[in-house]
Amino acid sequence: MAQNQSEIRYLTPPTVEIKKKKYCRFKKNKIKYIDYKDPEFLKKFVNEQGKILPRRITGTSLKYQRKVAKAIKRARHLALLPYVTDMLK
Amino acid sequence: MMNQYETVFITTPVLSEAQMKETVQKFIKILKNGGAEIVHEENWGLKKLAYPIQKKSTGFYYLIEFKAEGETIQKLETEYRRDERVIRFLTFKMDKYAIQYSEKKRSKKEQKSEE
Repeated sequence: MAQNQSEIRYLTPPTVEIKKKKYCRFKKNKIKYIDYKDPEFLKKFVNEQGKILPRRITGTSLKYQRKVAKAIKRARHLALLPYVTDMLK
Repeated sequence: MMNQYETVFITTPVLSEAQMKETVQKFIKILKNGGAEIVHEENWGLKKLAYPIQKKSTGFYYLIEFKAEGETIQKLETEYRRDERVIRFLTFKMDKYAIQYSEKKRSKKEQKSEE
């Protein structure tokens, strides 16, 4: 039985995805403070519509995700970032 | 207890250069009367807004960093609300990392201007 299993052949070789481990860029680069006055940097954390990207996509740790969200909301208040748009990037 | 704060305000684009300076002076005076110590000032000039505010698409941005007592903020913000030239404002209490960041940024700028 064990031999049979090893003889299974695929028509197309199964693609084994090598998962790239996500990391928190703030922890890695030791950034302690996220500036709300720098919209170009904050744009990395929003999608085309100006929505804040979730942690599962950016890989940011919870502690810094909260700070990113705060910074983005402050930037929006000061009209440095839009609340809603299309084609931000 | 003196805290370090940072305030940014946006004024209407219809102001002339002199009027803008006058507005800035007014708020600095309010701060100083409240016993605040100005640490840094920055004029960002006329900038395009990301969305219209009061049907205006541009505005003058001005940033003041200062050390003050908490009560001063209340006075400053009521003045902001009363002044119709100011269309948006934000006051932010800086923690130690924010202070570090702004000092670093400033020293970098100084180095650049010296070169």
